[in-house]
Amino acid sequence: MTQQETPVRKVPVACTLNGQQTEFLAAPYQSLLEALREVVGLTGTKEGCNDGNCGACTVSLDGRIVDSCLVLAAEVDGRQVDTIEGMAPPHGLHPLQQAFLEEAALQCGICTPGFLVAARALLEREPHPDEHRIRLWLAGNLCRCTGYDKIVRAVQRAADETT
Amino acid sequence: MHPFIYVAPRTLDEAVAVLEQHGERARPFAGGTDVLVQLRGGRFDLDAIVDMKGVPEATTLELNGSLRIGAAVPCYQVYENSAVAAAFPGLIDAASLIGGIQIQSRASLGGNLCNASPSADGICPLIVHSTVAVVRGPQGERRVPVEEFCTGPGATVLERGELLVALEVPAPARGFGAAYQRFIPRNEMDIAVAGVGSALTLDTDGTTIASGRIALAAVGPTPLFAAKASAFLAGKPATPETFAEAGEIASTEATPIGDMRGTAEHRVELVKVLTRRTLAVALGRAQANR
Repeated sequence: MTQQETPVRKVPVACTLNGQQTEFLAAPYQSLLEALREVVGLTGTKEGCNDGNCGACTVSLDGRIVDSCLVLAAEVDGRQVDTIEGMAPPHGLHPLQQAFLEEAALQCGICTPGFLVAARALLEREPHPDEHRIRLWLAGNLCRCTGYDKIVRAVQRAADETT
Repeated sequence: MHPFIYVAPRTLDEAVAVLEQHGERARPFAGGTDVLVQLRGGRFDLDAIVDMKGVPEATTLELNGSLRIGAAVPCYQVYENSAVAAAFPGLIDAASLIGGIQIQSRASLGGNLCNASPSADGICPLIVHSTVAVVRGPQGERRVPVEEFCTGPGATVLERGELLVALEVPAPARGFGAAYQRFIPRNEMDIAVAGVGSALTLDTDGTTIASGRIALAAVGPTPLFAAKASAFLAGKPATPETFAEAGEIASTEATPIGDMRGTAEHRVELVKVLTRRTLAVALGRAQANR
């Protein structure tokens, strides 16, 4: 029993990805992050720490933000996944993306998709959070360039402009 | 990472059967926030992951005076439920403290218990609420007080084929209050250097403690029930002096090690301070609950 390999077949996953019905095959031990980037080809979601500390891989799963490195791809069968690729409207940018540009709220940019997806979830629930609330909500997103002040300002700006 | 299969049972019996078949090579899976990290880190290998989120008993949050928290119920469902939050603020202290929002979307108090980390934030509040862990296995159901569930770092009473189904938290008595606090050097998103959960029930006079419970995190091989400090509280006036003395006694029950997060001496001091503070918060809640 101990040396015998359990046969591991790929599993079909059908989910709503950025509003589109999407089907793909994933290994049962594959993370959602890996499947998004390497199977589906959506590389906007970034791998930072790959252990749930940094939030770079944040996506929305049934409307709740999660670290996609800590979700198995097999789990999202039948569910709704929203990534950074679905954030901007067809022409132009989401108000948060625009605010991040105008406030220069990014340096190397690796953490940015995760911050944007997380911040969108906050503003959808609480349109006018104060600075403390923004910092607490974004505590699960780390910026190694340490540009937190500009990120928080950008979120405040987006909140102010979408009254 | 060693390849494993993903099993999504719909019933407890199916889940138990898979766990029994694979023994230590399978684990129940809720939010995955511990087990996936441990697998990637090479702590152990698995042949099967048993996702409990399709099993109704493990995913239901039921408030009916007492509270039943399915083992796979994520933290956010606990603290976003306003009736639960109003009746069990001591549990909310922990559920809203574990990880960031992304982690709280997935991590469960049941998983926190099964992971059996000495520094688990979720376990002390469960202990002071006299919570019972409902376990299901090949031989049927058994019930284990939470303070007896963890047997060492990462080790629990669960035997081959067994899984945690739910946590049963008794209805708070009139005059009951509880609180949990931890010390971390950052503002959030960190592992406790030490943590203390406290609960007390006021006598009908409103000033005497009828009974109390204190539990300590990150100062021993498991989160531990501080039996002497808890027993000391019974019959004492609910005053800062009593709370300070309970802290002194609790600190003698701690058996901390020194590590990168803090020295053993620091942890002993933290037990005193956090015991005082959590008892004071618990008192406020007890008075509001009379």
